[in-house]
Amino acid sequence: MTLFAGSLHLGLIYGLMALGIYVTFRILNTPDLTTDGSFTLGLAVSASMTVLGMPAAGLVLGIACGALAGAVTGMLQTKLSIHPILSGILTMSGLYTVNLFILGDRSNLSLLGTKHLFSYALAMFPGVGKDIVRLAVAALLVAACLAALSWFFGTHAGLCIRATGDNDDMVRASSINVDRMRIIAIAISNACVGFSGAVAAQYQGFADIGSGVGMMVVGLASVIIGEIFFGRRSVTAGFLSAVCGSVIYRLIIALALKSDFFPAYALKLVSALIVTVALALPAARERLRVARLRKEARRDA
Amino acid sequence: MLDVRNARATFLRGTPNERAALSNLSLTLEGGEFITIIGSNGAGKSTLFNAISGSLLLDSGSITLGGEDITWKLPHERALSIGYLFQNPMKGTAPNMTIAENISLAYSRKKIRPLRKGVSKGDLDVFRDMLARFGMGLEDRMAERAGHLSGGQRQALTLLMATVANPSLLLLDEHTAALDPAAAEKIMGITNEIVAERKLSTMMITHNIQQALRFGSRTVMMEDGSVILDITGPERSGMTVHRLMELYSGRARRELDNDRMLL
Repeated sequence: MTLFAGSLHLGLIYGLMALGIYVTFRILNTPDLTTDGSFTLGLAVSASMTVLGMPAAGLVLGIACGALAGAVTGMLQTKLSIHPILSGILTMSGLYTVNLFILGDRSNLSLLGTKHLFSYALAMFPGVGKDIVRLAVAALLVAACLAALSWFFGTHAGLCIRATGDNDDMVRASSINVDRMRIIAIAISNACVGFSGAVAAQYQGFADIGSGVGMMVVGLASVIIGEIFFGRRSVTAGFLSAVCGSVIYRLIIALALKSDFFPAYALKLVSALIVTVALALPAARERLRVARLRKEARRDA
Repeated sequence: MLDVRNARATFLRGTPNERAALSNLSLTLEGGEFITIIGSNGAGKSTLFNAISGSLLLDSGSITLGGEDITWKLPHERALSIGYLFQNPMKGTAPNMTIAENISLAYSRKKIRPLRKGVSKGDLDVFRDMLARFGMGLEDRMAERAGHLSGGQRQALTLLMATVANPSLLLLDEHTAALDPAAAEKIMGITNEIVAERKLSTMMITHNIQQALRFGSRTVMMEDGSVILDITGPERSGMTVHRLMELYSGRARRELDNDRMLL
């Protein structure tokens, strides 16, 4: 039960990040590596604020700082015409220093003995089980984020961003500022990622400078797993499937760890493999099809 | 209406292959005029369109549209008053968005309220009527992705999107060249209808000389980045495809002779 509950909690909390990844990877069609840095940024800001006794402000600041980091990457991409992947890497590298600074020149910060979001919630419902309260808090945050995103991407501005990822020639011809749309979209994405980090810090009770490494791949894996189960449909369905994908991903990992299938440190490699296989599927399928056609043609000849 | 004055643009500047793309080109378009533009590949037709729409900035010269100097304006700012159709039907629409969403983006460009619902119920009724005019059955497929449409249908959709916000200038860059003959005929018919009905100032590039004479009220021939022939009125109505071809090759031959003299 604890295994299942833990996966559910983590799946939902990291699902916030998967929502952000969905915005850049699927809607904007540009993978964004800022994620690895902005996740830790949200984590560091939230932990520091919690230590100062302001956990709620930590969550809000986590969102704001994530958005700011995303906007920086967006400006590098558009105003300075730096390659999208490299822009993300530059911001991510720079954020490493910023994150250390926020943590007070320490590589980790413990929240032991401080009051945070989850401890407040537990105190508020003393009779209810710990896992249920944690689950409710995580689910509530995810639901709010999901509702906000699906509302926004149904508005005019949301349409403009979706079109920017789809065909920027058409967007320019419709007198929309393509650069501005890109910056806004990347900022929204990293706001979600920062939020995810901020909640994760208070859930796990510590912040570690290395937490963000490989986060983008974990997010991609969640989005892709979601699509395997739910297909690729409308944007709202896409958001929902990204969160579900994140939960399924955590379950798979937990089961594999429990069965001693692989050690805990294999996590990132497994995530990378999942993403690679999923991205390679269309090409592999096509090769197989051509090979089969060729074989048939040879037989008929 | 549109006034291009002494426009100069250079390709590959500073290399041995430097070439004048527009050489001191001047062209004036009256309000409601429909110009067809012909000329061989590399004559500067598309370059002229790029200069007007803003994806290429002039080395010197100026462009005025509706009394406003747009020489230094950004492409998306100019797009408020310029509708543009590309040759490639894929370029004008967003394939993963629905037909209604595509039109909505073009429709609301003049009164942007970013946080308003992307496609409202009222909009849908307006779009349905506009699409029904094409007689392609698109009005019943508004929730479908634009990527599912054929080339002709996508170009019809693009045409609607380019004209829905009443631009002051419509640029058509061989917009029927990639379509099959039947679809090309249909799109050209719709284009002519919309242009005539709204008295849109229009410029159309074409390689089909018969089309160049059949549509519009004025025909311009370009060569080496400048206008070498500009006919309208009786001179144009008396013009035949044969005669225009002769004029064109005559000019080309003279240039050959010049080259020989140089050698």
